[in-house]
Amino acid sequence: MSDFWIILTASIVAINAGLLGCFLLLRKMAMVGDAISHAVLPGIVVAYYFSGDKTSGLLLLGATLTGVLAAFLIDFLSRKAKIQGDASIGITYTLLFAVGMIMISSWMQGNVDIDMECVLYGDIATIHMDKIIVDDNLYLGPRAFYVEIIAFAIIGLSLFFGFKGFKLLAFNIDYARSLGINTGKWHYALMTLVSLTTVVAFEVVGAVLVVGFLIIPPATAQLVSTKLREMLLFTCLFGISAVISGYYLAVWLNVSITGSMVMVSGIIFFAVLIFQRIRNSSKQKIEFTEELTQYDQANK
Amino acid sequence: MQTFIDFISFKDPNVFYVVIGMICINSSSALIGSFAYLRKRSLIGDAVAHSLLPGICLGFIMAGEKNMIYLFFGAFFTGWLSTYLVDYIVNKSKIKQDAAIGIVLSSFFALGIVLLTFIQNGGYSDQGGLNHFLFGQAAAINKDELILFAVILAVIVGSIILFYRSFIIVSFNSDYAKSIGLPVRSIEFLMTSLTVLAIAAGIQALGVVLMSALIVTPAAAARFWSHKLKRMLFIAVVFSVFSGLLGAYISYANSNTPTGPWVVMILSIITLISFVGSTKRGILARYLKARKNKSKILLENILKAIYHYHERQNLENDLNLVLASAEILKVRRFDTTELQKGLNQLIRRGFIGRENNNYFLTEEGMTESKRIVRLHRLWEQYLLKRTSMDIFHVHSGAEAIEHILSPEIEKELEKELGIVGIPKEDF
Repeated sequence: MSDFWIILTASIVAINAGLLGCFLLLRKMAMVGDAISHAVLPGIVVAYYFSGDKTSGLLLLGATLTGVLAAFLIDFLSRKAKIQGDASIGITYTLLFAVGMIMISSWMQGNVDIDMECVLYGDIATIHMDKIIVDDNLYLGPRAFYVEIIAFAIIGLSLFFGFKGFKLLAFNIDYARSLGINTGKWHYALMTLVSLTTVVAFEVVGAVLVVGFLIIPPATAQLVSTKLREMLLFTCLFGISAVISGYYLAVWLNVSITGSMVMVSGIIFFAVLIFQRIRNSSKQKIEFTEELTQYDQANK
Repeated sequence: MQTFIDFISFKDPNVFYVVIGMICINSSSALIGSFAYLRKRSLIGDAVAHSLLPGICLGFIMAGEKNMIYLFFGAFFTGWLSTYLVDYIVNKSKIKQDAAIGIVLSSFFALGIVLLTFIQNGGYSDQGGLNHFLFGQAAAINKDELILFAVILAVIVGSIILFYRSFIIVSFNSDYAKSIGLPVRSIEFLMTSLTVLAIAAGIQALGVVLMSALIVTPAAAARFWSHKLKRMLFIAVVFSVFSGLLGAYISYANSNTPTGPWVVMILSIITLISFVGSTKRGILARYLKARKNKSKILLENILKAIYHYHERQNLENDLNLVLASAEILKVRRFDTTELQKGLNQLIRRGFIGRENNNYFLTEEGMTESKRIVRLHRLWEQYLLKRTSMDIFHVHSGAEAIEHILSPEIEKELEKELGIVGIPKEDF
């Protein structure tokens, strides 16, 4: 039974992260997603320290705000301090992650719920320990699953109602500005959603590996699709297939489940890339030989 | 205090290793990071650092123990592979560089985690230290590693000295480097290899997640203090080594805390100080400069307006009217509080005198206002005669440049145009 719940929960993590990842990727802000996912760490630690509960609302709010703060800091460093975009991302996330690590090593000494390993690859194997039971015996599934479902609802609704805005922001921000749209508002809305996703995924997949869910499936989808809706759909498909095959691979080899899922995701990406390269080059060859024969016939 | 004395007197021989190790690691990465920063490839370091993890694990599996040589070569191999893959993805598909970095970084890191858990569950003995590579533990540096770090530093410093010219040209303008026949690909290959070397040396102390800070942050901080590459390299090294040593000390004083986060924290604080307080590019210096410029422009515009007022009454040769501030506003629109501030400042500088709330130009004020009007009109004439601009567009250009034209340029303009005195035409 725990197999089923792990795969289901991880799939929703993959969908949540993948949907937002598409928009990040199209805006050429993939590494900002990486930065946010690292930067929520101090927020999570602080919230946990004060509330003592890993799934409280306070925790989510606090940690989400840290992610938005990171997005703001990156913006500030690159625009006001005139540090290169790349470098301001690097500076911001290493600083916030370092703050989080210092907090963990000095406050959370010997704590079982939040430690460095958990930061890296989450606790997906043990999510079923924290379950929701109604009437003493009706088992409704792990708590993490419901947290993810709520996040999915928020993300889904925001994307559904704000689809036009996010799309415009992703493809042509100058045009959006010329229409008088407040692009800053949409930008921070997206950043808040990304931040929320990484926060709720923290418990399941850890702060570092969530980047794999955020970037790899959308990039794979981008290789094979030409329309945004298509890309979103393929992202979910690639994400879920990586989750399922990654899980069974991990069980078979007795290794980290999350690590294995992201690794499979990466393998799928490179497989698609290489497959496409081979197909393109053979297509070019066929076209070339066709042209040659046409040329020969014309010369006869 | 006692721990501090213990630390600096190397009472614990380990401290000596840590200090020397930090100096080597931080200098190597700061040097290489400066070039990476100039090439706008700072985040490549991030991909490389994460990608070292599977290499280390592979090296461990192949050697069956923590053999430094195996670990290092494994790390070097996967680190190198990661930069190659990033370039491959960018060149062969529509994926952009930052996404490519993210893909490579997370796939390799995931592979590393898989291998790490494989090792942990695989019953290998002596695998305890591998965890240190994740978050960094400078205290774990031993004598053999120290020699390796020193060799790496020597290689990096040697290459930079030998290929200094080529590195600069490739970093600043690789197209130009190609055009003058430099072997750009080989130089880039060398730079990438040095980057991987520097990062591979550093993960022992900083850990894979934070290692990219050692590449990015010192260079970004040093950039605030100098425009010269040599000085920038030096400053980056100083910042980095300083934070490395302080970080190592804090980690030593509070045993059990990892070194990496403290080093990064101190580096970031240095960057923050640089960015606020740098005398050249700091936010404070820029703000003060902007304010000074703004007030200069305001004062000069007021003087100009007074001149125009006289000109309207055909009194531009005397410039001796006494006028109220309202009359200045008739010639040119100012914000009234700004105007008041500007007038007060002009009085303090002796350009303007006051007489019961009315104002008049002093001797200096007259020459100054003539100078500015003259610069403005000289420039208008220049644009009109020497460029293809028409009379409707020359004014705005002159309005901007009149405040910064130097006396030398003024003389040049005079010679070029053959104009003496103030041109009558105003556009």
